[in-house]
Amino acid sequence: MPPIDPIALANAKARGKRPYFFADADVERVLSIAMTIAMEHAVTHQRLDALERLIEAKGLLTRAELDAWSPEPEAEAERTRWMKEYIARVLRIVQQENESAERSASGVDQPMEQVMDELRHS
Amino acid sequence: MTTRELPPSWTHVGRHAVFPQAGIDDIARFDFLANLNGFLSGRVLPKVREAYESKVKPAFEQAAGRAPQTRHEVRKAMAQDATWQTWSALRRSSMEMRQQAGRGLVFRQLDALNQRAAALNADAPTLKLDPTVQVPRYASAVDIHCMPGGYHTEVVPNDVSAAANYDSGIFATTGGMLGRYNDGGGQALVQWLASEHPQFKPRRILDIGCTIGHNTVPLAQAFAAAQIIAVDVSAPMLRYGHARAKSMHADNIEFRQADGEHLDYPDEYFDLIMTSMFWHETSATAMPRMLGEIQRMLAPGGLTVHLEQPQYQGMDPYEQFIRDWDAYNNNEPFWSVMHEYELQPMMAAAGFDRARYFETRLRGVVDRSIFPVASGEKEDFGRAALWTAFGAWKA
Repeated sequence: MPPIDPIALANAKARGKRPYFFADADVERVLSIAMTIAMEHAVTHQRLDALERLIEAKGLLTRAELDAWSPEPEAEAERTRWMKEYIARVLRIVQQENESAERSASGVDQPMEQVMDELRHS
Repeated sequence: MTTRELPPSWTHVGRHAVFPQAGIDDIARFDFLANLNGFLSGRVLPKVREAYESKVKPAFEQAAGRAPQTRHEVRKAMAQDATWQTWSALRRSSMEMRQQAGRGLVFRQLDALNQRAAALNADAPTLKLDPTVQVPRYASAVDIHCMPGGYHTEVVPNDVSAAANYDSGIFATTGGMLGRYNDGGGQALVQWLASEHPQFKPRRILDIGCTIGHNTVPLAQAFAAAQIIAVDVSAPMLRYGHARAKSMHADNIEFRQADGEHLDYPDEYFDLIMTSMFWHETSATAMPRMLGEIQRMLAPGGLTVHLEQPQYQGMDPYEQFIRDWDAYNNNEPFWSVMHEYELQPMMAAAGFDRARYFETRLRGVVDRSIFPVASGEKEDFGRAALWTAFGAWKA
């Protein structure tokens, strides 16, 4: 008997047609993914919170120390860079749609069919 | 927000010997889901009603010259409402995430779970599996409440995965309302019998559609001298249920794979025949047949009692529509049909005396180990589950 695939099995679809509530199923697909990310974010938070409480319980550090902590300038810069990159990463599509709007105004972001035609004749 | 308004963390779930081993991430997933459900029912659902009252119903009245008269009219009118769409899409997502969380937990330790169940079940005369039992169409047409594979699918031989997944999620889905061991239904029946019918001492008890026996065990504990038989069509549920009961020292239950429509017990064999949250997962032909079987197998002076969600009679069309959500959107296809039945005539058609029929509301027993009583409070508003209990005494 071949081994089971726990990851695929965990995600299996239930038999029966899935209802979609929004007029656009694409919106619902994105919502479904976003909700799972929200859940996994909560998982990370709970793990971190447990870790902090354990560290405090073991007397290594208090939560007050953690909250009062302020990074040295170099660390602050690194952390700020991380935050900046993180936000840009999450909002990638907003940036790309803005770029696209600017480019189509200036004729840079042409539809692929147009480019194909152009290359076919040049 | 007071502590009492928060659902208990899944940390408090009852862990018997075949319960899956969970880590801190698994607990966080179930806690997220319990709180998401709380948010959806507490914060979003009231807005759905407001949208109905302030926009959808007036528009319907304008167009039709009357208010919506049935839940089906309400459903069609609400389909385009943005609040309803958002609530429903999030609720459907939470159902799917709950299955993913439970199955993710179970499948990564499936070998160990199956082995633990097998060790507890080894050579037990009280577990009677019968591979010739067919899974009825009502249990296989769709996967009930979006559990992939339904109650019965076996992924590997001697599998308990469907049952372990089912058991793991109930506490989160119900916000702990059924107690640490999800046995609030069985506990409520025991309490009702003790307070309303203290003289009734059944010697033989039958539980039909027992799944993991979570509502059977309280009966077995309350009537320790009784012989208890719990039947279900699903082998994974019975393997797990039997091992679970053993590990909780409920040794007087026989778990048997059988179809409630075709049971071979003699006439008048049982003193008490019960079901819990069972009928809405059957069908229009199976339900009257099984009620007929129950009537046949019940001894004179015996009792049959069934816990269900409330029937729709007397409910306004909007509330019926909301309660129908699971039927259309969470793979509970018979739910909508079953809840519009007039149960008394149905029981009478099965041979029960109309005069001995009863229908009552039954409040769940609150598990004090997770919901301590705050001083000065008498009732746990919104904490205790509320069911319809219907049934009949046999003349």
